Amino acid sequence: MKALRKYLDKIKPNFEEGGKLHWLYSTYDAFETFLFVPNTTSKSGVHIHDARDSKRTMIIVVLALVPALLIGMYNVGLQHYLAIGQDVAFLTKFFYGFLAVLPHIVVSYVVGLGIEFAMAQVKKEEVAEGFLVTGILIPMIVPVDTPLWMIAVATAFAVIFAKEVFGGTGYNIFNVALITRAFLFFSYPSKMSGDQVWVRTASTFGMGNGSVIDGYSGATPLGQIATTEAGSFADFTFHGITGQPLSISDMFFGFIPGSIGEVSPIAILLGAALLIATGVGSWKTMLSVFLGGLAAVLLVNVFAQNAIMEMPVHYHFLLGGFAFGAVFMATDPVTSARTEKGKWIYGFLIGLLAVTIRVFNPGYPEGMMLAILFMNAFAPLIDFYVIDANIKRRAKRVTAMVK
Amino acid sequence: MALSTKTKAVLLGPLNKNNPVIVQVLGICSALAVTSKLEPSLVMAIAVTVVVAFANVIISLLRKTIPNRIRIIVQLVVAAALVTIVSEVLKAFAYDVNKQLSVFVGLIVTNCILMGRLEAFALGNGPWPSFLDGIGNGLGYGWILVAVGFFRELLGSGTLLGHQVIPQALYDAGYENNGLMMLAPMAILLVACIIWIQRGKNKELQEETN
Repeated sequence: MKALRKYLDKIKPNFEEGGKLHWLYSTYDAFETFLFVPNTTSKSGVHIHDARDSKRTMIIVVLALVPALLIGMYNVGLQHYLAIGQDVAFLTKFFYGFLAVLPHIVVSYVVGLGIEFAMAQVKKEEVAEGFLVTGILIPMIVPVDTPLWMIAVATAFAVIFAKEVFGGTGYNIFNVALITRAFLFFSYPSKMSGDQVWVRTASTFGMGNGSVIDGYSGATPLGQIATTEAGSFADFTFHGITGQPLSISDMFFGFIPGSIGEVSPIAILLGAALLIATGVGSWKTMLSVFLGGLAAVLLVNVFAQNAIMEMPVHYHFLLGGFAFGAVFMATDPVTSARTEKGKWIYGFLIGLLAVTIRVFNPGYPEGMMLAILFMNAFAPLIDFYVIDANIKRRAKRVTAMVK
Repeated sequence: MALSTKTKAVLLGPLNKNNPVIVQVLGICSALAVTSKLEPSLVMAIAVTVVVAFANVIISLLRKTIPNRIRIIVQLVVAAALVTIVSEVLKAFAYDVNKQLSVFVGLIVTNCILMGRLEAFALGNGPWPSFLDGIGNGLGYGWILVAVGFFRELLGSGTLLGHQVIPQALYDAGYENNGLMMLAPMAILLVACIIWIQRGKNKELQEETN
C-alpha cells in the first residue's frame, strides 16, 4: 500500500500543471481516486461527508451483480454441454461459460471506458464512475452468442448518444445499458431474438467441441409460450433445449436458456438483498415493479384468451428479464424517479407495461427493456407532478393557518 | 460569370450558415421519411430544388399584382401546380422512385421551406435573386438529404444507389447490415450529428451557455 502511495506521489508532478503529461491528468486522477480515498475537502459552507461516494456505490452494485453473473456463466456451460449431449464436470461447465462470457465483458469495458476516458480528457474533467456498472450490465443482458463487434458498436453508440451528449454520468435520461441493448435489438434483430442465439453451441477457445444433438431447440421459455399453438396454459409445458420439461426450480435457479444475467432469480434476489441492505437500490422501486406486474397479470388472467394470457404470475416473475430489470435496471438512481412517491408510480407502471408488452405483442416475447426505457422518459414528469402536488398541499396548509 | 457578394450570399448562404434543415430546422419530416435509400433522397432533393426555384420566380413576377390578403392562396396554387408537374414527370420517367417517395412528392406543397421562401424572399425580391434563392435553399435541403441517405443506405443495406458496395467478404466474416439505419430514429440522429459538426465549426451559430 505504502509503496503504491509513494509511487503515485512520485509520478504526480508529471500530470500536474506544467508537467509534460498534463494532458493525461484525468486518467491519473481516475486511477488515484480509484486506489485511494481522495483527501480533498470542500472549502466553503457546511457539508456532511460520508464514505459512500459514487465509486463505492458503483462497486456495491457490481458486487450485487456477481452472483447473477457467476450462475449465468455456469448456465452458459450447462446449456452448451446439454446441447451437444456431453456430460462433463461442474467446473468444466463453469469454465466454458467463463471463457464464453469473458470476451463480452472485456469488449464492453474497453470500448466504454475508452470513450469515457477520452471524453473526460477532452473536456478536462474527472473521469466519472458511471461506466463501472454499465460495463458489467451490458454483457449480462445480451444473448451469449452476440458477436463482439456488435457489442463494441452498440456500447460506443450508447455511451456517446445516450450519455455523453447529455453531459455524462448523472445527466443521462435513459439507462445506458438498456440503450445498448435496444440498439442491438433494433439493429441486428436476428442476433438478439429468436431461438438460435440464447445457447452457445459452438466451441469456445477450443473447448467443448461437438455437434448439436437431435431434437435440440434453443427457444427461451417466454419465446416458447409466445409462439405456442396450445390453446390454453394447461395444455402447455415449458421445455428445455433438449425437450426435457422445465420445473419451477430450474427456472428459480436459472438453468434455462436466456441472456447471461437474467436467468437466475435466486442470484438476483441475493443481489437485491445486498442493494437494499446497503441502501444503494430502492426497495420501493423494486417492490412496486413486482406489484405492477402482479396487477397486470391478475387482470389479463381474468380475461384470458390464450396460453400466455393464462400464464400464472410466478412464471412471469421467474422468466425473462423481469426480476433482473426490477432489481438492477429500474432502480438506476439516475434514470428513475427520485421522489419517494414517484418511485412507487414509476415502478408500478414499469411492471404493468412489461407484462402488457409480453402478453399482447407477439413480436416481443420480452417487454422489460422497452417498459423501462419508456418509463425512463416519464420519470421527470412523474417527479414534477409529485413535487407540484406537495407544494399545493403545503400552500393550502399555510393559507389555512393564516386564516 | 462573377457573382456579386449579395448574389453569393443568396445562393450559398442556405448551404451552410442559413441551412433550412439544420439551422432553421424546417422540412425535417420529409428528410426523415425519404432518406432510407440514396436514390429517393437524390430525386427528392432535385424535385424540391426545382419546385422552390420556379415557384420563387413565378411569385416574384406576380409579387406586385397579388393582393396581400389572398397571397397565401396564390402561393399554394402556384406551388401545387408545379408539384403536380413534377409528380407527373416522376410517374412518367421514374415510376419506381415515385412509388418509394409515395405521398412525400405531393407533400412538397406543404413543405415549410417552400412556403417560407415564397413568403420571406420571393414577395420582396426580383425574379433573378428569387431564382437563385430557390436554387440555394433547394440545394441546402438537398445536400442534407443526400448525406443522410448516403449513410443510411450504406450502413443499412450495404448498397449505394442499389449497387452492392460492402464486399461479400465482410459479410462472410460476420458483418451485418444495421436494421436501425432503416428506421426513422436513426435518420434524426444522423441529422443531429450533422448539426453537431456544423455547430462545432461555426461559433456564431452556437447558443450562449449561461
